[in-house]
Amino acid sequence: MVTLKKQSKVMSAREAVERFVHDGDLITFGGFTITRNPMGLCHEIIRQKRKDLHVAVHSQGQAFDLLIGAGCVSVLEVAYGGTARFSPGGGPCFRRAIEGGQVQFEDYTNFQMTLRFLAGAMGVPFLPLRGSTETDVVRKWGIPPEIRKQNPKLPEKKLATVINPFDTSGEGNLIAVPALQPDVALIHAHQADSEGTVRFKGLTFTDVEQIKASKRVIVSCEELVDPETLRRDPVQNQIPFFMVDAVVPMPFGAHPTACYGYYDYDPAHMKHYAEMAKSEETLKTYLETYIFGTRDHEEYLSLIGEDTLNRLRADPDAGYAPGLDRSGE
Amino acid sequence: MSEITPRERMVLAAARRIRDEEIVFCGTGISMIAAMAAKRIHAPNSVIFFETGAIDSRLMELPLSVGDPRVVTGASVGTGLVDSFAILQNSQTGSHVVAVLGAAQIDPYGNLNSTCIGDYWRPKVRFPGSGGASDAAVFAARVMIFMRLEKRRFVERLDYFSTPGWKSPKDEAAMYHGRPDVVITDGGTFMFDNDSRRMYLATYFPGNDPRSIERRVGFELDISRAEEEPPPSDESLNHLRNHIDPQHLIL
Repeated sequence: MVTLKKQSKVMSAREAVERFVHDGDLITFGGFTITRNPMGLCHEIIRQKRKDLHVAVHSQGQAFDLLIGAGCVSVLEVAYGGTARFSPGGGPCFRRAIEGGQVQFEDYTNFQMTLRFLAGAMGVPFLPLRGSTETDVVRKWGIPPEIRKQNPKLPEKKLATVINPFDTSGEGNLIAVPALQPDVALIHAHQADSEGTVRFKGLTFTDVEQIKASKRVIVSCEELVDPETLRRDPVQNQIPFFMVDAVVPMPFGAHPTACYGYYDYDPAHMKHYAEMAKSEETLKTYLETYIFGTRDHEEYLSLIGEDTLNRLRADPDAGYAPGLDRSGE
Repeated sequence: MSEITPRERMVLAAARRIRDEEIVFCGTGISMIAAMAAKRIHAPNSVIFFETGAIDSRLMELPLSVGDPRVVTGASVGTGLVDSFAILQNSQTGSHVVAVLGAAQIDPYGNLNSTCIGDYWRPKVRFPGSGGASDAAVFAARVMIFMRLEKRRFVERLDYFSTPGWKSPKDEAAMYHGRPDVVITDGGTFMFDNDSRRMYLATYFPGNDPRSIERRVGFELDISRAEEEPPPSDESLNHLRNHIDPQHLIL
């Protein structure tokens, strides 16, 4: 929702999720596999037991897998579901949900998903890209047209082949991907001010396009800073204040994923999760311990422990924790 | 120095095929090690970049994902996916790009599956999905593929066709820059015949012979052109073990 009146949007994760995330919403997460997953916000969605969420992402890892495992998700549109070396075969809950037929799903490529968000942000119905029209990404649809027709949040077609209007030779076929306009974007950023101006200090991935495409935007941030601080160097900011609905100050809000310049990923916890998530039973224990057993992110972090968090803190020059034991032992 | 392992051989065989002044599009895992080794050993002017938006990464430590904060430090530019894929597609830069990809299955024409085993809708095994590999395979000038040499991975027919190789070579010719150039395994390397576009055995690693490799491939394979892969130098092995992956995170 665009709010042009300058006002404080600072609130707790609980309030942000209560107000802006509803059952059945089409949601998207920022970050990439093991970096800047909006974990604190994701935990809160699980605590509030949202259901039938429709999740659309490019390459998503920890938050995505956890939300599926907690039973909050019924539809997936995705290019890659996993945490790279920490779950080599893919996110355990993502795998189980698809192998068990528990979710409707659709596969795209990373660039296709990126263009879908960009199209949504630009307000055009689709964007074209080059690609082979023979792959199963184009030919096999996870969600058939008759089901798509019943779901207003899904475009009628997964994608389409279009002719390049500027090349009459007929050799210029392109793939067109439909715009995405999620109900809610959940983003963990480096800095934000109370009015909603946002500054990312590492790679932006597709966060900027995801925010601009979405109807409502919740941003958790490592640091809540004074608006004048951000406005002294506006070219370093990516998101104007009026596009953001909630600002949730949340140090270590991406743990156990990384936040460049602030902290590294937590290899032991990532590995622990991948183990626990392998079965419904042990996953339940994980959820009880870390999410239902804690009231908010602060309590969650106290379970992780100060020693661990200090070990993960980034060296200011490197942006990560050099020499960190990453074997996950 | 202890004896070289098949995985180390694989990485160094890939590294020596990365050319100086190439732009290397890296996936997660073994391809990053190969790119780091090439840059240290013989291709100092190669540029490593990631779909996540890190361009000309220095990689002081081995990243464990293309989204790892380690890809950012000291890079020329840190941006996002829109810009990164533009480098792949751009007519000025795209022709310099070599994409290094991995997958779960490969067919004789270098088409790849990174999505599932069994029926797509109710798979026996589901994998993470294509990510950016399918895009990179279409946009890059040259494609290198990493595969473990196993019969269940080298198949006549893919369970799911995620990433295009040489399938129907005439199809959409205008839309492609390049196609798969070489497949690197723990037993040897494969290339593609100029006419038929089918895979043939190009080199085999010491300790393997063409017949034993043929038995580990699930389709008819031309082994008549195979030569032994020259051994890597001690110096390159030393780089690999002591500087690139000293924690044995991938190797």
